[in-house]
Amino acid sequence: MIVEVKNLVKKFPIGDGFFTALKGVNLVFTEGEFTGLVGPSGSGKTTLLNIIGTLDVPSEGDVIVLSKSVGNLNPKEAAQLRKEELGFIFQNYNLLPVYTVFENVEFPLLLLKMSAGERKKRVLETLEWVGLTDKVKSRPSQLSGGECQRVAIARAMVKRPRLVLADEPTANLDAANSHHILQTMEKLNRELKTTFIFATHDEKVIGYLHRIIRLADGQVVADDSPLNPPKGDFKSEPSEGTFTNNTSLNSSPSGRLGGAL
Amino acid sequence: MIQFLFKGLMRDKSRSLIPIIVVALGVIITVFLQSLLSGVIGDSIESTANFTTGHVKVMTRPYSENSSQLPNDLALVGVDTLKESLQKQFPEMTWAERIQFGGLLDAPDSNGHTRSQGNVSGMGIRLLNSTEEITRMNLVPTLVSGKFPSKPGEMLMSDELCRKMKLKLGDKVTLISSGMYGDMAMYNFTVSGTLHFGIAMLDRGLMIADIEDVRSALNMENASGEILGFFTNARYDNKLAKEAAKSFNAQYVSSQDKFAPVMVPLSDMNDMGFLVAYSENVQGIIVSIFIIAMAIVLWNAGLLGGLRRYGEFGLRLAIGESKHEVYLTIVAESLLIGIIGSVIGVIVGLLISWPMQTVGWDISSMMKDSNFLMPSVMRAHISRTTYYIGFVPGILSTVIGAMLAGIGIYKRQTANLFKELEG
Ligand SMILES: Nc1ncnc2c1ncn2[C@@H]1O[C@H](COP(=O)(O)OP(=O)(O)O)[C@@H](O)[C@H]1O
Ligand SMILES: [Mg+2]
Repeated sequence: MIVEVKNLVKKFPIGDGFFTALKGVNLVFTEGEFTGLVGPSGSGKTTLLNIIGTLDVPSEGDVIVLSKSVGNLNPKEAAQLRKEELGFIFQNYNLLPVYTVFENVEFPLLLLKMSAGERKKRVLETLEWVGLTDKVKSRPSQLSGGECQRVAIARAMVKRPRLVLADEPTANLDAANSHHILQTMEKLNRELKTTFIFATHDEKVIGYLHRIIRLADGQVVADDSPLNPPKGDFKSEPSEGTFTNNTSLNSSPSGRLGGAL
Repeated sequence: MIQFLFKGLMRDKSRSLIPIIVVALGVIITVFLQSLLSGVIGDSIESTANFTTGHVKVMTRPYSENSSQLPNDLALVGVDTLKESLQKQFPEMTWAERIQFGGLLDAPDSNGHTRSQGNVSGMGIRLLNSTEEITRMNLVPTLVSGKFPSKPGEMLMSDELCRKMKLKLGDKVTLISSGMYGDMAMYNFTVSGTLHFGIAMLDRGLMIADIEDVRSALNMENASGEILGFFTNARYDNKLAKEAAKSFNAQYVSSQDKFAPVMVPLSDMNDMGFLVAYSENVQGIIVSIFIIAMAIVLWNAGLLGGLRRYGEFGLRLAIGESKHEVYLTIVAESLLIGIIGSVIGVIVGLLISWPMQTVGWDISSMMKDSNFLMPSVMRAHISRTTYYIGFVPGILSTVIGAMLAGIGIYKRQTANLFKELEG
């Protein structure tokens, strides 16, 4: 069990009263899941993801992330948890425009006080996973949307977090790029056992999910774990290939994964 | 980490270049204004000091109480010894005796009858065998004809009065005045040179003669109305002047001598107190104005920059910085901007102030016939303060501006920092 959501209620102050964005959510996520929170806009997906990511706090109930109760963490402890264990991927990539691809990916490692040599090794290895070794020195403005999101994935993955939270990661991407980054993330999930939780209403994403939690109006209305994760789109992608080999990614920093993409 | 952020700061010109320019401009103006105002005010103080008041002035107590009447019957006597002891007690100061007097100049014709007359206000200063007072009173540029006295009995007079009395260089004139003991004094002088100051008060009827001649004329053997003290090679320092006066006057507090000497600092004479107070506060005033003005500008710039950077802040919170750390780095960045801007500003400010100090700006044409003793060339004065004063508004304003702008990070919920971007 990596995340446990218990009777979670989230209220936002609005005018004199409150708006209840989450109305008693109960969920359990286990290590290695590839799960999506799916629902229409305004259903509370982002709110739930933010609370799991310790960027926001519960109004009632609790969320246990990696054995820590989110409601009881002080800001410093919450920051510590994010720094060491969590990775975030955003709809609009949120890359820092003045830094190169390398520097953007390196950023989270600076907080972890890693040596320059170790950082470089990690960053290049991670960029290889997402197939961007040739863009190391580029600035985000010189990249396509798909490339930007791959940089963002590398940035989320570079510290090998246990949990990655991705809020509408494909919303700004065309179909081809959406499939591309989803394959990348699924591969990382499979090879590194990183847990992914998505918030999405994109059908293309839903096709890749191993578990679909449907939200409506702040409540869980369905929680399906398809026995056979739908893979139709996946198979049809030409770049999909040697990816399913299950040797450890860490032991093969070059070649295999990069080539797969 | 800090290094990483500074790298980004330098690359993002809108966050670095623009604030640096704002800071540098503010600092340049601060440095220039500070040096200019302290120069102009300081020069006004100096010329008043050099001409009439000294940095401090020693007189008898009754003379000081009636000094506007130039009461030479109340003059200091035994000036030699007094001056000697002043020199010993205040070795960092230079002392100059002076006699101020009023009188009538009478120009006789060849038969000894009065040809013309004129009222004079006179000064007896050391003129023979020394150029110290000529330099101090800056008389060289005011000499429009003739030369400075080179032997006893010669005098300088206002060019205007000289014309009015139809005198020529070398003419003999008689000074009619009252002597120290109330007696009628008459003394003959030869006009050796004429002066023009451009200051109505002086051009109307000034005469300057060697102090020994004036002593002879007014029966003031070893006496003088005033002894002026000047900080050697230094500008007026009100604190030092007051201290000197205090320690000198302490010796005479219990003196029964009605004519005991008293030392008065410049700030207590001729309404100079206002100017001195102004000069002492001028830096504070300029600096405060610029801190406030620049902080407001930079605050707004910081708010705009901050809005643009919510993406960055949100991301940094997401990858594990606390709000506190993000806030501190914003302040640290502003400190760097403040230092860079201030260094540039101080250097450029000094470069602008430098010619203003060495060459100055000749305003004599604008100052024609003024009634004030004002230097005719406006000059800046670069002091030790000038070098660091710019850093105060430069750094404080950036840091205050950033701190105010950065408060928004705390006000906003973490999650909202992301919403700002997604909108
Ligand atoms: N900070 C907030 N203040 C007020 N209402 C909010 C806030 N954040 C979210 N909401 C509201 O909560 C509901 C759920 O929002 P969100 O979790 O962003 O939905 P989703 O991500 O599913 O589109 C929406 O109706 C939204 O307007
Ligand atoms: Mg959302």
